[in-house]
Amino acid sequence: MKRVLTAGERVKLARSPQRPRAKEYIEAIFDDFIELAGDGAFGEDRSLVCGIGSYRGIPVTVIGQQKGRNFEENMLYRFGMPNPEGYRKAIRLMRQAEKFGRPVITFVDTPGAYPGKEAEERGQGMAIAKCIQVMSLLKVPTVTFFIGEGGSGGALAIATSDRRIMLENSIFSILSPEGFASILWHDADRWEEACDAMKLTAGDILELGACDEVIPEPEVMDETGRRILFKKVDRAIDRNLKELLKLSEKELLKGRYKKLRDMGKTDVRN
Amino acid sequence: MNPFSEKKSILDSVNSLLRPMRKPAAGGEDKIYKCKGCGNKYTKAILRENHFVCPSCGHYGKLSARTRITTVADRKSFREFSRSMIGKNPLKFPGYEEKIRDAEKATGLKEAVITGTCTIDGEKAVICVMDSRFLMASMGTAVGEKITRACEYATKKKLPIVVFCASGGARMQEGILSLMQMAKTSAAFGKHGEAGLLFISVLTNPTTGGVTASFAGLGDVILAEPGALIGFAGPRVIEQTIGEKLPEGFQSSEFQLEHGFVDAIVKRENMKETIGKIINLHRKAKDY
Repeated sequence: MKRVLTAGERVKLARSPQRPRAKEYIEAIFDDFIELAGDGAFGEDRSLVCGIGSYRGIPVTVIGQQKGRNFEENMLYRFGMPNPEGYRKAIRLMRQAEKFGRPVITFVDTPGAYPGKEAEERGQGMAIAKCIQVMSLLKVPTVTFFIGEGGSGGALAIATSDRRIMLENSIFSILSPEGFASILWHDADRWEEACDAMKLTAGDILELGACDEVIPEPEVMDETGRRILFKKVDRAIDRNLKELLKLSEKELLKGRYKKLRDMGKTDVRN
Repeated sequence: MNPFSEKKSILDSVNSLLRPMRKPAAGGEDKIYKCKGCGNKYTKAILRENHFVCPSCGHYGKLSARTRITTVADRKSFREFSRSMIGKNPLKFPGYEEKIRDAEKATGLKEAVITGTCTIDGEKAVICVMDSRFLMASMGTAVGEKITRACEYATKKKLPIVVFCASGGARMQEGILSLMQMAKTSAAFGKHGEAGLLFISVLTNPTTGGVTASFAGLGDVILAEPGALIGFAGPRVIEQTIGEKLPEGFQSSEFQLEHGFVDAIVKRENMKETIGKIINLHRKAKDY
């Protein structure tokens, strides 16, 4: 029997370098993956891996936030924190997916968009806004997996999809628990308390209605564990794509919009 | 409760009961305000005349949403939507409901945005105005819902929509549901855009975080008031990330114009006329 983990422990797991990274899922699940680089305007951002590949014979577009395992890799991938050109590359490839009728599969694993000086100079906020909007209206099926950290607008940018699926120990949060604690209580050390208050675990997010499905994880992330996990993600793609590909474009867009419309309840007080 | 705050709350409630019976004291027009820019003092009447821009140093004073509407909408043209809408406490966050009630008391608003229709220099439009006095106009479910409904109304009635943005970003106490309002509003504005309709986003001080990264950054035309703070990450967070001080004027309206993210910086006194003109210039040629 598995012990129930605390929210803080799940956050630690979500950030663990032992977890498979986006590229490992891509390699395990898709055939003939070809990485496509660049936003066509400013540059290439390696923290957001984009490309095309084949999923059980169907051409798909894949977009994933890539983290590293060691310092050098993390410098290369900026700890999985994309710059605006990353999001603009994602927009470019989503539009292409729409043009060629390919479903889009995304993998979320980021502490958040990069909060740097250059990122601001190149319009981080507006790049994210556009990415959210383009994805929310995309005329092809979209499925998102949260495989680790899902921090803030930087995660949402590639998660405004038909199906949001979270791994058991992934998180989806408005900002980092440390940031949350420091803003609300002026004390970043209270981050574990923040983890509880924020309701950021996959189970919480499912309960709040902001994701559709939670995939249980193997207890140990060794070779066998990984293989089991990839298999589960693979099956989830299969099941969801089959459902979504049956829908007409109109039904698809209506369903996606309705789901966004249902986010949060309001009341009336005179 | 301590006896002093109890006494104050009794006085407040007596006051609010008596208010409708008293003659309005000229709307508090004689009240003195100190400019946050230069410290000079002016009466409200003088400031109003000057659109709440300091007559001596030009500092842009904070506008309440209602005052903002009077500076933009034609007289008596404003009709409000969903005036009584409030959010819930989806995370059961301790102290959140009290915080909302305090903000309500301080501002007379139920939430951080006012939405409705009006005419602007004779042009009919849907208008949303955020009020940063209400929990920094952070976007919770109610803010997202009011803006989305206003936008859907504009789409249905084929009207342009004007949004005066001001926000500290997402509403922490509503967690992920606050974040999802970014997606909800962005999708609604996307549909409005696909219908060939005009969206003017006006960025005022401050427009940051999740609001910049959703509807504020999605206008067909993006205007800004002079000297506003506009950005995604807050200056403090950036300074911590890069380990150095940011230069003067970083993330100002002028900075955003320079970097290509704002169409024009418009002075408050010219805002109404400029918006009216822009709406007028978006008539379809076939209506000629």
